[in-house]
Amino acid sequence: MSKVRVLVGTRKGAFILESDGKREKWDVSGPHFAGWEMYHLKGSPADPNRIYASQSSGWFGQMIQRSDDGGKTWHQPGTPSGELPAPGPPKAASNKFAYDASAETGKPLTTHQWYDGTQHPWEFKRVWHLEPSLTDPDVVYAGVEDAALFRSTDGGQNWHELSGLRGHGSGPKWQPGAGGMCLHTIILDPSDAGRIFIAISAAGAFRTDDGGKTWKPINRGLHSQTIPNPTAEVGHCVHHVAMHRARPNVLFMQKHWDVMRSNDAGDSWQEVSGNLPTDFGFVIDVHAHEPETIYVVPIKSDSEHFVPDGKLRVFRSRIGGNEWEALTKGLPQSNCYVNVLRDAMAIDSLDKCGVYFGTSGGQVYASADAGDSWAPIVRDLPAVLSVEVQTLP
Amino acid sequence: MIRVILPHHLRTLAHVGNEVEFEVKGAVTQRSVLDALEARYPMLRGTIRDQVTFQRRPFLRFFACEEDLTHEPPDSPLPDAVRSGAEPFIVLGAIAGG
Repeated sequence: MSKVRVLVGTRKGAFILESDGKREKWDVSGPHFAGWEMYHLKGSPADPNRIYASQSSGWFGQMIQRSDDGGKTWHQPGTPSGELPAPGPPKAASNKFAYDASAETGKPLTTHQWYDGTQHPWEFKRVWHLEPSLTDPDVVYAGVEDAALFRSTDGGQNWHELSGLRGHGSGPKWQPGAGGMCLHTIILDPSDAGRIFIAISAAGAFRTDDGGKTWKPINRGLHSQTIPNPTAEVGHCVHHVAMHRARPNVLFMQKHWDVMRSNDAGDSWQEVSGNLPTDFGFVIDVHAHEPETIYVVPIKSDSEHFVPDGKLRVFRSRIGGNEWEALTKGLPQSNCYVNVLRDAMAIDSLDKCGVYFGTSGGQVYASADAGDSWAPIVRDLPAVLSVEVQTLP
Repeated sequence: MIRVILPHHLRTLAHVGNEVEFEVKGAVTQRSVLDALEARYPMLRGTIRDQVTFQRRPFLRFFACEEDLTHEPPDSPLPDAVRSGAEPFIVLGAIAGG
């Protein structure tokens, strides 16, 4: 029987939740990296035992951790688990994220817009999102703050910036959102190895068709009242983007406000917020087997980051947006004031597909029937930053 | 032999106990001690000093012999007691909630 492994990043460590295909009984392990902020963990589609994790701290900076046994043991890439390093130069620089400003391959380290409109130097702070290659377990992408895209081709031992993105030319107009100027979404096109979609708060969405050398903003159709020119080429606070593997030209976006859809790989967008009670939110995801079935969790507003009316509701559209139904069975419907952050929803590929999300209150909810009903796997973790799921044979 | 006391999270990261010991060749300064520490424990690279700028991380301080050495120049000699191993060089994390 198939199994699922849910990878949960929290403010104070990582947790791994495992179940068989019924998804009724769960084994919980953790905290891994207790006390550290775990922004994101994600498994390799090419080797499910290979998991990458972003570990960071305001005191000690950024670490990358890797497991080669499905999360049982971890090590910093280049430093084998349990082995004290030999004296001498380090074998790897797995936690070194240096912007590439070299004459040969890089772009000048320019400035971006600060909160007050002045220009501010690019400064590395942390890795928000790790996206392993669809085909090679040693290749993994990292989306970082201040916004840039890095790639490792040696299992996370060394990282190199794909500087064409940061050097796109519009960088001085990018600005941080409340959480920082983060590159938080990386989508690899399964039908085209050269095509990657990324999104940045608050710059917008970008696409490369040549493996990361050159990038174009894909924000036409977005409308943001919070910037001087609401339809500007860049400056939009995109919160998350999702795609179904079978239809890589169709993208769904949860923006700061507005739920959006593109049918042409981001070249143009249309609003599909429809009858949602509020179209502010962070997460958005797509059903594993129904490309037109999508999920969001509406949040009251940008100044009140909790669910509206004290009710935790996932909204599902079966027609790709505009018409939404509230999914409430098993979710608290009174006195609930949690948030669900942008990387904190995931979907397994069992039939019926499972949907998972984590909250700022430390709950991780699971639905084994595509959202019709829900139950908490755990209730009292630290605030959840990210949720990913692996469907295992 | 130089003795260094690390904060809790860096001990778990480096798989070491309360205190580490290692040799430092040449002058014993903040820079040479941190260079030697990072060479012995590569997983600590970037945790005390930024890997690109080599600036001390803002929430960390350095103490020895009951003196605050945080803002001393990185190439200034450390106290004799640190050089002899009688006293440890202490890397301390700022106290902060959350």
